[in-house]
Amino acid sequence: MTPLLTVGNLSVTYPTRTGIIEAVRGVSFELGRERLGIVGESGSGKSQTGRAIMGLTPPPGIVRADALSFSGVDLLAATPSTWRDMRGSRLAMILQDPKFSLNPVMTIGRQITETLRHHENVSKREARHRALEMLEAVQISDPERVFSLYPHEVSGGMGQRAMIAMMLVCGPELLIADEPTSALDVTVQLEVLGILDRLVRDKGMGLIFISHDLRLVSSFCDRVLVMYAGRIVEELATADLGGATHPYTRGLLDCTPKIGESRHPLPVLERRKEWAA
Amino acid sequence: MTIRIENLSVTFDGFHALKSVSIAVDKGESFGLVGESGSGKSTLLRAVAGLAPVSAGTIEVNGEALLGNRRSRAFRRAVQMVFQDPYASLHPRQTVDRQLLEPLAIHGIGDGERRILKALDEVGLGSSFRFRYPHQLSGGQRQRVAIARALIVEPEILLLDEPTSALDASVQAEVLNLLEEVRGRHGLTYVMVSHDLGVVTHMCGRLAVMKSGEVVETLAATDLAGGRMVSDYSRRLMVASKGFSREVAPV
Repeated sequence: MTPLLTVGNLSVTYPTRTGIIEAVRGVSFELGRERLGIVGESGSGKSQTGRAIMGLTPPPGIVRADALSFSGVDLLAATPSTWRDMRGSRLAMILQDPKFSLNPVMTIGRQITETLRHHENVSKREARHRALEMLEAVQISDPERVFSLYPHEVSGGMGQRAMIAMMLVCGPELLIADEPTSALDVTVQLEVLGILDRLVRDKGMGLIFISHDLRLVSSFCDRVLVMYAGRIVEELATADLGGATHPYTRGLLDCTPKIGESRHPLPVLERRKEWAA
Repeated sequence: MTIRIENLSVTFDGFHALKSVSIAVDKGESFGLVGESGSGKSTLLRAVAGLAPVSAGTIEVNGEALLGNRRSRAFRRAVQMVFQDPYASLHPRQTVDRQLLEPLAIHGIGDGERRILKALDEVGLGSSFRFRYPHQLSGGQRQRVAIARALIVEPEILLLDEPTSALDASVQAEVLNLLEEVRGRHGLTYVMVSHDLGVVTHMCGRLAVMKSGEVVETLAATDLAGGRMVSDYSRRLMVASKGFSREVAPV
């Protein structure tokens, strides 16, 4: 089977006054209909990788790659209109904070139906019906009410559910989730992850889950890429997490305090120049 | 008893953010407040600092009863606060030096030069950071500056409002270690708010679990870690903080 997404030697660079910043350097991976996690600290290039796949690298950033294709479509050669057709319908992205990523002057319902009516030839009534169904699928108990609310009228967890509903309403083949739960409370986090997990599984889509929390990613994904300074330093199956060999991966695993463990002081992460080479 | 809060209520325009909350914190203790957002844990901290509209109850710090939002100069020196988001709590157009000088000027403390260098050294930044602006620092470095700003007036009590939740997991470890080290060195009392049970049990000896403006349960961190809690809510919070797993996922 051909992979859903092929990324070959991807690099993202930003020219600045003080020289070229290489945000992503030579990242390669293939993705089937599976859950892939990308983990790293801030500045490791994990979000930039996700954005490059969505074609959302902001100018003056430059994306180069030997190969970047999504189920047969060459993304490097995609025209703006191809991108418009793909984003939202076949490729979707969930961002970190619903407060900043939902349109504040449009009701939640309208934002969901807008996606639908843009990509599919559906009537208003049908779009509304499907939006309500989707809101129900993300476990919003009163979809009619939430449909007509503005983003500032709902809580963070509710906003993030609405965002998931909006992104999944067209049934994309690949979903990129960039820190989808970092802005949420622990208890709400779990619910949102549960919803995401079930929908991704039921609809059989590919998922790229981007986060700085290695434990969270490993509990959610089948495979994890660990990024450091724009490169992949280690790739491993979640089941083998305990057998991680790279000291950076081990550091990421060890540095969070865990309940029922007494380690004072906490081990801190080492960062060595040679890992970036 | 360094901090004694009894039957404290805070009301915002008819909304009861805190409903008759009582806690007591000993000198030199590290006390945690946990709960989800909206549980009132930050409001409780802000009420101690005099930043919340108290409608009933008493707050006593170092034997001094605090009235309304009036605080004595001695209180303002003895109690310092570190906020959640170092991107928002530092002045964007002032250098680190200026920000550290401000509390000294307010309290009329001389010997600024030496104290600033000592405070920077204490939080592991060194003098090369002295004349930088916040935008030239990383999130972890900014939080170090915020901690230095709190420490420079030699306080006895630090109120920590989610000091690491805006930081990466890897940077969090460094800041937590710094906070522990500083507490050991100066014998400080901490009251720390966090939604992360792992962080709170690591940092604090005792903690209060809060929910919708009330304290559900006060218990030792070791009891929490050992699963010896009374209320269902604490147990649920505990399950949530163990991380995502398919078995417990509420579907």
